[in-house]
Amino acid sequence: MNAPAYNFAYLDEQTKRMIRRAILKAIAIPGYQVPFASREMPMPYGWGTGGVQVTAAILGPQDVLKVIDQGSDDTTNAISIRKFFAKTAGVATTTSTGEATVIQTRHRIPEAALHERQVLVYQVPIPEPLRFLEPRETETRRMHALAEYGLMHVKLYEDIARFGHIATAYAYPVKVNARYVMDPSPTPKFDNPKMDNCPALQLFGAGREKRIYAIPPYTQVVSLDFEDHPFEPYRFNVPCALCGAENSYLDEIVTDDKGSRMFVCSDTDYCEGRQAAGHHGALSAAPYKDKAQEVSNG
Amino acid sequence: MAEQDLLETGQPLLIADSLSKSYGRIAACRDVSFSLYPGEVLAIVGESGSGKSTLLQLLSGQLAASGGQVSYRMRDGITRDLAALGEAERRLLFRTDWGFVHQDPAQGLRMAVSAGANVGERLMAVGWNHYGRIRESASDWLTRVEIDVARIDDAPRTYSGGMRQRLQIARNLVTGPRLVFMDEPTGGLDVSVQARLLDLLRNLVAELHLAVVIVTHDLAVARLLSHRVMVMKGGRVIETGLTDQVLDDPREPYTQLLVSSILPP
Repeated sequence: MNAPAYNFAYLDEQTKRMIRRAILKAIAIPGYQVPFASREMPMPYGWGTGGVQVTAAILGPQDVLKVIDQGSDDTTNAISIRKFFAKTAGVATTTSTGEATVIQTRHRIPEAALHERQVLVYQVPIPEPLRFLEPRETETRRMHALAEYGLMHVKLYEDIARFGHIATAYAYPVKVNARYVMDPSPTPKFDNPKMDNCPALQLFGAGREKRIYAIPPYTQVVSLDFEDHPFEPYRFNVPCALCGAENSYLDEIVTDDKGSRMFVCSDTDYCEGRQAAGHHGALSAAPYKDKAQEVSNG
Repeated sequence: MAEQDLLETGQPLLIADSLSKSYGRIAACRDVSFSLYPGEVLAIVGESGSGKSTLLQLLSGQLAASGGQVSYRMRDGITRDLAALGEAERRLLFRTDWGFVHQDPAQGLRMAVSAGANVGERLMAVGWNHYGRIRESASDWLTRVEIDVARIDDAPRTYSGGMRQRLQIARNLVTGPRLVFMDEPTGGLDVSVQARLLDLLRNLVAELHLAVVIVTHDLAVARLLSHRVMVMKGGRVIETGLTDQVLDDPREPYTQLLVSSILPP
């Protein structure tokens, strides 16, 4: 262990047990929001305090941790959480989706298919899908208890009435195991189909709102829709400019002040993996890099 | 037709049996009993603080009674004690077979979502899952309550008071309820708008064969809409009878005072 001053993975053992109990309950009732005694973490709310607590509770010394923020391994949030656990738990970290056993994520699900020995931990800002239509917590709890989910369709109805199609593009509500309606955290709806029947365990932690919920492996997750306006995952018109992938979620990057922009994979590991395997996009820098290396070698 | 059957069997739809509600020493409602039949409109009149609204809340199961019980004849024809219903059943009843028109439309509507979604909400709550059909039904109901269909996508926030009230009525009637509770539906509206709303209500009530319990302090509303009147004072029903009979020939001194308090136009 690098830093014996900390208990393993920062939290004390009693706190971890409390969080594990909440996680077990959440797994037993897929999609149900279990309240837990969320702790203050050494980072501000909104930076993933819920996800960090869940990760801390499930992490073992043998685990390999990957942290992504909007699909990227190298943004501030991802790097600081990865360093946090490297320091407090001494676990191995990685940016490779395939090698990781625990993946903490903000807003994305990795493009590479997950497997049974992996756990995906989501950072959740607002766990309650009904919140914006029904502000009373007592009422939303009752609606969950009685499975009164008509209100969720009111939101989708509003979308169609205003925009002609369901315009909700992220935090798209899903029904888990044909019972609880759940907010899949602000992941793009592009990722919703990946949650369905996923071999990996999916855990959701909301630190500020003090809720944990879960989707056990191989659980049915259905995106809500209307018969005449079925759910459609988001599609892009162009392939990734770096790796040429046509079926991944793309970020728009503004490249100058004259309106030029490029679209690249938001999952950096996936994009780099594809480039290493020889795939190239229209704006790929890789050929130039190869040339530059040849020049320096020669 | 189911409603016709009910009429023929002559069974009441709603039965209140010695209903009481007290808040500590204060009795808001004392020993109220009556039966309401399908298609019947009952007005509860009285001054402020006479227990009208408390009674309405007791009848609609929103408030637990201190004594007595309310029974309702469900769609399957079985009369059941409301207090014995589970919460899920009671809420389902409230969304399907009942309506509740609040005095303030902001309480009965979702002010931030469009009129169409407001009307469609009950349909979606009972499992309608086809946007086109929900919208069609919403437009149909907007027409029936005389709201321009072109305003279907506007939020009720942008509506006038009268339109909001009519929208609230449409929202309640969309699932074809058999019983509607109304709490001062014309309160806060100006006189010409009131008249139009009453006219609309009277037509809808007759056309849909609705049973209505309407609370009002406005005797003109009672006269125009209701078949029967109950006069309340101090939490008790002091006089009850056919509307014309009670209003034209009041027996109790208080009712006489109430009737004579109307200013001549």
